[in-house]
Amino acid sequence: MERANSTRGAMWLRLLTGGAPALHDWPAVRVCDAPLAGQTARWIAVVPDPDNRFPRARNGEVGLVEGWQLAQAVLETIEQDRDAAVKRPIVAVIDVPSQAYGRREEAYGIHQALAGAAGAYAQARLAGHPIIGLVVGLAMSGAFLAHGYQANRLIAFDDPGVMVHAMGKASAARVTLRSVEALERLAEKVPPMAYDVRSFASLGILSQVLQLTDPALPDEQDLALVHGALAAALADILQDPDRGLAGRLQGQHRAASRRVRALLASEWEAAD
Amino acid sequence: MNRIDQLLARDSFIERGARRRAQALLDPGSLRELAGPFARLHSPWLAMQGLVTQSDDGVVVAKGRLDGAPTVVLAIEGGFQGGSMGEIGAAKIAGSLELAAGDNRRGIPTQAVILFETGGVRLQEANLGLAGIAEIQAAIVDLRRYRPVIGVSAGTVGCYGGMSIAAGLCSYLVLTREARLGLNGPQVIEQEAGAAEFDARNRALIWGLTGGEQRVAAGLADACVQDDSAEVRATVARLFAQGLPARHRSERAAETLAALARADASQQPAPADARGIYQGDA
Repeated sequence: MERANSTRGAMWLRLLTGGAPALHDWPAVRVCDAPLAGQTARWIAVVPDPDNRFPRARNGEVGLVEGWQLAQAVLETIEQDRDAAVKRPIVAVIDVPSQAYGRREEAYGIHQALAGAAGAYAQARLAGHPIIGLVVGLAMSGAFLAHGYQANRLIAFDDPGVMVHAMGKASAARVTLRSVEALERLAEKVPPMAYDVRSFASLGILSQVLQLTDPALPDEQDLALVHGALAAALADILQDPDRGLAGRLQGQHRAASRRVRALLASEWEAAD
Repeated sequence: MNRIDQLLARDSFIERGARRRAQALLDPGSLRELAGPFARLHSPWLAMQGLVTQSDDGVVVAKGRLDGAPTVVLAIEGGFQGGSMGEIGAAKIAGSLELAAGDNRRGIPTQAVILFETGGVRLQEANLGLAGIAEIQAAIVDLRRYRPVIGVSAGTVGCYGGMSIAAGLCSYLVLTREARLGLNGPQVIEQEAGAAEFDARNRALIWGLTGGEQRVAAGLADACVQDDSAEVRATVARLFAQGLPARHRSERAAETLAALARADASQQPAPADARGIYQGDA
């Protein structure tokens, strides 16, 4: 399942950018410039690299090198537009099966590589770069935190091949001392535990869910729909004075997040 | 005092719970707890699954002063659900960091310490834990533009998952020898990749590669301290006094990629290999 999906990111990047040339000769992190709503945007995707010298990062996982390359790609974008009045938009095309799970990865500090990527995206957003995350396939766990979760707006396809979660089912079952079947039964009742995109959408974190004819084999109409949604998201970001992630707190299942913030705000100054 | 007496006289930081850890860091009498246990912020998602909740959801927000400077300490209680981040605990941390950043924009130089004792996302709240951690990361990057955000992981839970990424965003990171810092916990690697890749029962392997001493030696953390409350506090105060680093650890993309190019990826690394590539003498 995860392997079959992991080429979607490469396909969507190619289709949406018209096959624009890569800015780096990196096999797993593809970076290019291509138009979005009449202006130049930077597009970034993580794709499988079957020859990756780190064996646990060959199926599109975000590993040590990929995390730091994402960081470098985004930091370069900030640097290139440092003096520009209009900061170039960044589109993260997201199809990441997971972070790389391996001993090499832990030894060399994969957490720091993913911090590099997440931090760079957050810095770009704060610097005024409009960032859109487009979930075309898997958006799993640490890989999603590193690539896309810091975006101003998140858009996903309504499709069974699109999944968002914190951990694969087998590992999540082991860590929580449950069977996979018990986990699946719970996921039907508890929206944040579900893996499917419709449950995820109910959390209010996505700004839009797109219905395509076929996300695995898109036609011209699908492509136009996605371009239109990205352009609309860009316009929405540009008219929004907030450069943070507050827009994600309005969902029906985020009442506790709102309540905690309201309570903290009311007690904050009184504590001085 | 002889060594035994010194050991007995030492005020262990590890043995303190989250609330008393915060107390150890802030100036005496300055601590005020926000969104505390009497606010009864029980996780709605744990309750729905018939699991035990806690009225502070395992996170203590302690506002006060450190050497007179306005400081908020966000202390994770490793004893509750493995320090895992659910919706409420994550919102307490992210919301406090957001308010601290707002203070700085209004001219109040509030700084933050995060006490990481966490396995990462609380899997019973999966996607809301992950979203909350993304919001914590966003808030760290915002606040660290003004004042240092200092992470401390003392043990014994360590710092894993999405929260290890948050630790990697901090301006400075303080660990003890007992602490472990890594993205994927040993059990999860074993589950995903097999025991040959990582044997989750091999304690020497785990601490050798991801323990506090190793992380500091490899430049992935700033200070390895004794399990001593006074030393933890003095180290945090010293790092705040240094001010912001010239560049944050998470911004070292080009040089880390160059270091990784020196790594021999064909075999499993020993602790010395990880120290070697980052010290440039491999």
